[in-house]
Amino acid sequence: MSLFHVLGFGVKIGHLFWMLCCWFVSWFVDNGIEDNNNNKSGLLVGSVGDLEKTNKMTTLKKKNFFNRISTCGLKIPSFSYQFLGSVKFNKTWWRKLVVAWVVFWLLVSIWTFWYFSSQAMEKRKETLTSMCDERARMLQDQFNVSMNHVQAMSILISTFHHGKIPSAIDQRTFSEYTDRTSFERPLTSGVAYAMRVLHSEREEFERQQGWTIRRMDSLEQNPVHKDEYDPEALEPSPVQEEYAPVIFAQDTVSHVVSLDMLSGKEDRENVLRARRSGKGVLTAPFPLIKTNRLGVILTFAVYKRDLPSNATPKERIEATNGYLGGVFDIESLVENLLQQLASKQTILVNVYDTTNHSQPISMYGSNVFVDELERVSLLNFGDPFRKHEMRCRFKQKPPWPVLSMVTSFGILVIALLVAHIIHATVSRITKVEEDCHKMEQLKQKAEAADVAKSQFLATVSHEIRTPMNGVLGMLHMLMDTELDVTQQDYVRTAQASGKALVSLINEVLDQAKIESGNLELEDVRFDLRGILDDVLSLFSGKSQQKGVELAVYISDRVPEMLIGDPGRFRQILTNLMGNSIKFTEKGHIFVTVQLVEELFESIDGETALTPEGTLSGLPVADGQRSWENFKAFSSNGHRSFEPSPPDINLIVSVEDTGIGIPLEAQSRIFTPFMQVGPSISRTHGGTGIGLSISKCLVGLMKGEIGFSSTPKVGSTFTFTAVFSNGMQQTERKNDPQNNNNQLMCSEFRGMKAVVVDHRPARAKVSWYHFQRLGIRVEVVARVEQALHYMKIGTTTVNMILIEQEIWNREADVFIKKLQKEPLVLSPKLFLLANSVESSMPDAFCNGTDPPIVIVKPLRASMLAATLQRGLGIGNREPPQHKGPPALVLRNLLLGRKILIVDDNNVNLRVAAGALKKYGADVVCAESGIKAISLLKPPHEFDACFMDIQMPEMDGFEATKRIRDMEEEMNKRIQNGEALIVENGNKTSWHLPVLAMTADVIQATHEECLKCGMDGYVSKPFEAEQLYREVSRFFNSPSDTES
Amino acid sequence: MDLVQMQKSLQDYTKSLFLEGILDSQFLQLQQLQDESNPDFVSQVVTLFFQDSDRILNDLSLSLGQQVVDFKKVDPHVHQLKGSSSSIGAQRVKNACVVFRNFCEQQNVEACHRCLQQVKQEYYLVKNRLETLFKLEQQIVASGGMIPAVELGF
Repeated sequence: MSLFHVLGFGVKIGHLFWMLCCWFVSWFVDNGIEDNNNNKSGLLVGSVGDLEKTNKMTTLKKKNFFNRISTCGLKIPSFSYQFLGSVKFNKTWWRKLVVAWVVFWLLVSIWTFWYFSSQAMEKRKETLTSMCDERARMLQDQFNVSMNHVQAMSILISTFHHGKIPSAIDQRTFSEYTDRTSFERPLTSGVAYAMRVLHSEREEFERQQGWTIRRMDSLEQNPVHKDEYDPEALEPSPVQEEYAPVIFAQDTVSHVVSLDMLSGKEDRENVLRARRSGKGVLTAPFPLIKTNRLGVILTFAVYKRDLPSNATPKERIEATNGYLGGVFDIESLVENLLQQLASKQTILVNVYDTTNHSQPISMYGSNVFVDELERVSLLNFGDPFRKHEMRCRFKQKPPWPVLSMVTSFGILVIALLVAHIIHATVSRITKVEEDCHKMEQLKQKAEAADVAKSQFLATVSHEIRTPMNGVLGMLHMLMDTELDVTQQDYVRTAQASGKALVSLINEVLDQAKIESGNLELEDVRFDLRGILDDVLSLFSGKSQQKGVELAVYISDRVPEMLIGDPGRFRQILTNLMGNSIKFTEKGHIFVTVQLVEELFESIDGETALTPEGTLSGLPVADGQRSWENFKAFSSNGHRSFEPSPPDINLIVSVEDTGIGIPLEAQSRIFTPFMQVGPSISRTHGGTGIGLSISKCLVGLMKGEIGFSSTPKVGSTFTFTAVFSNGMQQTERKNDPQNNNNQLMCSEFRGMKAVVVDHRPARAKVSWYHFQRLGIRVEVVARVEQALHYMKIGTTTVNMILIEQEIWNREADVFIKKLQKEPLVLSPKLFLLANSVESSMPDAFCNGTDPPIVIVKPLRASMLAATLQRGLGIGNREPPQHKGPPALVLRNLLLGRKILIVDDNNVNLRVAAGALKKYGADVVCAESGIKAISLLKPPHEFDACFMDIQMPEMDGFEATKRIRDMEEEMNKRIQNGEALIVENGNKTSWHLPVLAMTADVIQATHEECLKCGMDGYVSKPFEAEQLYREVSRFFNSPSDTES
Repeated sequence: MDLVQMQKSLQDYTKSLFLEGILDSQFLQLQQLQDESNPDFVSQVVTLFFQDSDRILNDLSLSLGQQVVDFKKVDPHVHQLKGSSSSIGAQRVKNACVVFRNFCEQQNVEACHRCLQQVKQEYYLVKNRLETLFKLEQQIVASGGMIPAVELGF
């Protein structure tokens, strides 16, 4: 019970876990997929609607799938076979699902990887962009600041140089000023001012300045190193329309003084553009003179007057006074700038002049590229003509996308694990199913083998029985020959062994039949008391020999006739009593038959068992223990029993005072071939199969069997059996068997007997048996009481029955008393003795009649016979019903008209001979066709024995035809068409047809019944079997006569 | 010969028939069926058996001697013989017939021929023995004795 609870708890826990897992997994998958959905749609900006839809679809499917699993989980405690069945059905489907699952998660993990790495890239890009933009903006800002200053300087020059006469600025002032204000122009390496000089003014200008205007073309063409630079070596500028000689210059660029800016190609363009636009313009980067580093020159025009912003280029050119140029050393400047910023290590900056798009000019930075990623930021240096840009790259290659790799790998691993679990589960289930299937097959095989075994046993037993009959027959014949004592003994032993073997074989056959389920119980009326008498007489010899008292008591409330299987009931009783006799050396064996209801009624008044209360005075095992475990009694709580009215519930107990069953053997007492111990079978013989058969038979009778046993005290076996009542109240008087009893009773009716017995249990048995004969019984405990009773009694006492025990003790007293005062009407004296040998007391030396000894066990027929003899009445023999079968058969068959059908002359003759011997009037027919013609109703046959295998028409066919004819006839009778001939009481025709067959196989039997036959007899007739079959159809003649 | 001796030899002879397995208990039953009302029952039945069997064996020889053996004809004959032999208790004939029928079912011509010979042999054996038995009985009856009752011991 507790184990069961634990098991149940385990199942519950398991179920809970399963539910939890299902819930978790479904939640996880749902969320995950929805997340994915959102991400994807966000990423694709809803561009691919179809994809989204399919994704949702899969989500739904997944949901359904997991819901299904969890609903399946609900059914787990009942181990739903359907679930397993569906799994079996969808085995391939499962496999596909697993593959799909793996593929799906592979895709998911790839996508995750891609997504994460793209995210990282994006971030990197953003970082680069922000860094690059920051740098570009700073550069631009600083440049603009510088530019503004240069512009401011141009205004300064126009104010103080051209606006004042004489000029307030000379070279020295300019250089000093610019040097001191250079912190305001961090990007410029130097500033210079060139004046516009027309050719007409050249000479005067050169004279004023004291130097000639020199050209810088050659300089540019042959760049020289700083040290070797020699301004004096430069050629004077050739004749031009106008010149732009540098007059002031910062110290850093003082070498450009006197150089004509218009003579340099870059500078000229710049100058021209500057004066035209009125804004600062930049040159393309070029190697600077002297330093030879890359630089750009910013040029502002200086006008004579303040020009309006919408002045035309021409006006501007007219108004130009000179040009102020600032040299920007881009390389060093950018470097300075980058120095100021953090994380300069991570980023690589290049600045390009992209005025000419096809050929960008590098202004700063190396061209070593490590990373693909590049950010281009535009730089606006205030000159719309020139375009600059800054290109940034990371110095290092991007790091490995460890996070995304780990994530996607993790997802993949989980998915694979889940797939593996599913796969393992499915294959496990499949395997278990296969195993189960295999087991089933094995079970079927085993069952088939078991059936085969039983069949084999049945066949072999049957086959052994036949030769055994020969052996026994011959032994019997051998005993009739002249043998000496030793030989006689040998033969007797051999015959006893043979008989034992036959009975063993019968038992094995029974067992085999029971095991193969072929044993069916009959439903016939039988007389329970008669059967008990039979069984009793069977064992009476042995019990007398052993001096064991054998007694039967059947309650009055048990109906006289029951419906059931008397043979099997008898078998059970024989078994139990046989065991008891075998193991009991002294004391008694007491069989009690009661109704179950009665037993329960009597329990209330029952007192504790005392040895005196038992039949022989010896202690017995507690009988109550043998049945208190019966299921039928303990069905509702405490011992109780609800009888169902039409059924008769008998409880039979066999109580003995034998050696008992050892405690250790009690558990296997009902197992076939299990005995208490090997020594038991050696001393007492037997196979140990009897109790197992009894148990099966009791089971078939819807009863139970149990026992209680105390070693050295005795055993009590108790079984219940359910029969139906075979006694209709109205029928009671007409009953033939009952007639028999009544015949016996009538002789003794009204007589009175006194039983002298001091043991109530034993007295009760005596009382029961005399009661059956219709004798009124008075029980007294002592002889004196009996005498006293007779004296004062109003009615005459016909007989006195004295227990041997008492007789032995008090015989002398009794006889003396009887002699002293003889009774008027002396009753007959009977002695109830256990065995014949128990001697007649010697006291009967004088005239008194010796008492007649009634040898126990008491049986109705024997008792009646003895009493008749003793009382000298009723010499009439009561009709013998339990005589040898041959005699009864004669009774049954006498004068019957029987048709025998067989194609075999010899067989016909033999069968006819056999039946004639029993007094039947036999008619023979050689073929089925002839039989049909003879049996066309109306006819006078009482029965027909039909061979099955015949040429032309076999027995089955013939029987069918006969039945057809009978049916037709019956219809006609019902319709009143046919005359009701001779047999006036014959309202319907049904001739008993018995098959004669050599092979008595179950199948043939069934076939017989199917064809309308009523039974079968095996071909060489056996009296016993013939009687059994025939008695089913014919009542005894006395019956029909009455 | 002394009557008692004759009776004893009859008994011994009967026993020997059983011991050799030529007859079985069925024959005893047959003898049981014989009583005052039907004194010649056994010999009648046995004579009938001989007549029938002679005819059947003849038919069988004819059927099996044919080019194409019709087993549908052969089998009922054997069945017939088996039935009658078992009825009178001619055990060995019956057993031979059982074997014969098996080969009939297998339609084994050669084996059937062998079986026929076997059956014939057994049949003549039992015929011989029974005739001797009857002769003994007649002698006893002729010399005014009683045929010793054979006990039915089963």
